[in-house]
Formats: sequence, structure tokens, C-alpha cells
Amino acid sequence: MGITQSLFWFLSVLALVAALMVLLSKNPVHSVLWLIVVFFAISGHYILLNAQFLAIVNLIVYAGAIMVLFLFVIMLMNPNTETEPRKNFLVQIAGIVAGGCLLTVFISLVKQASEMNNKTALLKTGNIGLIGNLGKALFSDFVVPFEISSVLFLSAMVGAVVIGKKN
Amino acid sequence: MPIQYYIYLALTLFTIGIIGVLTRRNAIIIFMCIELMLNAVNLLLVAFSKMHNGIALVTNKDSMVGIDAQLFVFFIMVVAAAEVSVGLAIIVMMYRNTHSIDVNFLNRLKN
Repeated sequence: MGITQSLFWFLSVLALVAALMVLLSKNPVHSVLWLIVVFFAISGHYILLNAQFLAIVNLIVYAGAIMVLFLFVIMLMNPNTETEPRKNFLVQIAGIVAGGCLLTVFISLVKQASEMNNKTALLKTGNIGLIGNLGKALFSDFVVPFEISSVLFLSAMVGAVVIGKKN
Repeated sequence: MPIQYYIYLALTLFTIGIIGVLTRRNAIIIFMCIELMLNAVNLLLVAFSKMHNGIALVTNKDSMVGIDAQLFVFFIMVVAAAEVSVGLAIIVMMYRNTHSIDVNFLNRLKN
């Protein structure tokens, strides 16, 4: 087993364990920190797939900006973890069973799909993930959605200010 | 790496997110689980783009097949950032009105 395979398994296990810990930890701050671990693991996967631009953007946008926003909101509210209400036991079991059923259906579907056989995702090579190629495509074929997304950001900013301000 | 491994990993992450949405009552945790599901989809998109790129590279040495999937991931991140800012503002407003971030308090909307 080469170093690439070892890295793949390590990052996968890290992502899954951290995702489970997001659910299982009682304190919301710990959940945020575990979610940052998930994002780092997924960024590692992107680097392994040679999607370097997405790896950096994932780190900056998700682990940097969005998670800091979450932390700020949690600290603003200061929820005490002892009084946090839990759903009753039956509802939790029902949720877990429903998720398990969904996962089973998905996995059986993937197992049946014959067009997935012998297909591999290219690791460490290929240059479509480099920022030069992505930038060329972004500013030639995708320039209209790119400009529209700036309008989306403006409206999101105005909406957040309007919703969040005290009246 | 076989594409099935990436599919299983993304599916498991997505299912963990769904279970979190179904079982927790804290609005912030639910929001984080939605982010987890978005990231699982992003990972799957990148893996599929590399798969198609690898197939196309066999015939054409400098093929750019699959670059649109990675741009799609970029746009998903853009939309997710906008969504988080508005969603957290809504959660803050909800906390200011009800002094709780329990989503079960929202059932008063039905009256």
C-alpha cells in the first residue's frame, strides 16, 4: 500500500470520525471544532485529487470564514449545554433508522451500477484543478454566473443586515 | 483510487448529515449538518470530475474535460457562504425573540 492509499484511508477515517463527533458532542463549540477537522480532511482529499484551487478555497471560505461566523454566533448566544433539550429517545431512534435505510439504498444502488466498474479517480496528476485553467474557464464560459453571484452576495449581505438589526 | 470508495465516503458523510438534521434540536447544529451534506456533495463532484478527466486523458493529452464540475463546486461554495450569512442572521433573530435556539419552538408558526 503506497503512501497515496494510506493518505486516502487516513483522511477518510478522519473525516468520518470527526463528522460523527459533530453529532455526538454536547457542546456546540466542540461541534464547530470537529466540523473544522472535517473540512481539513476534505481539503486533504482535494489536494490528493490535485484540485489545489478548491482545496485552498475550501480552507479559506469554510474553515476560515464560515466556521468563525458560527463560533461568533454561538458565543453571542452563550447557550448553556445542561439545559439544552434533547429529542426524545424514540425520535432519535427513528432518525437513525431512517438515515440507515437511506444509506443502504444508496449503497445497493452503487453496487448495482455496472458503469462504475473499473473506473478510477485520477490521483496526483491531471491539471484541470490548477488555478490557471480554472480561471480561464471561469472568465470565459462561466463569466455570467460569476457576475450574478456577486449580486447574490450583495443581496445576502443586505438581507443579513436587515434581518439582524435591532428594531 | 476506485471511484466507488469516493462514492461510499461521500454517501456516508451525507447520511451522517441527514441523521444530524433528524435527531438534533439545536438550530446551529442542524445548520452545521447542512454544511456537512454540502461538503459531501462537493467531494463527490470533484471525484467524478477527476474520473471523467482520467478517461478523456487517454485519448487527448491535454483534455479539459471535467473542469466544469470543479467550477460547479466553486459556485456551490459561493452560494453556501451567502446562505450561511442569512441563515445565521435568522437564527440570531430567532434567539432574540424566543431566547432559545430550539427548533421545536418554531411550531408556533402553525397557529
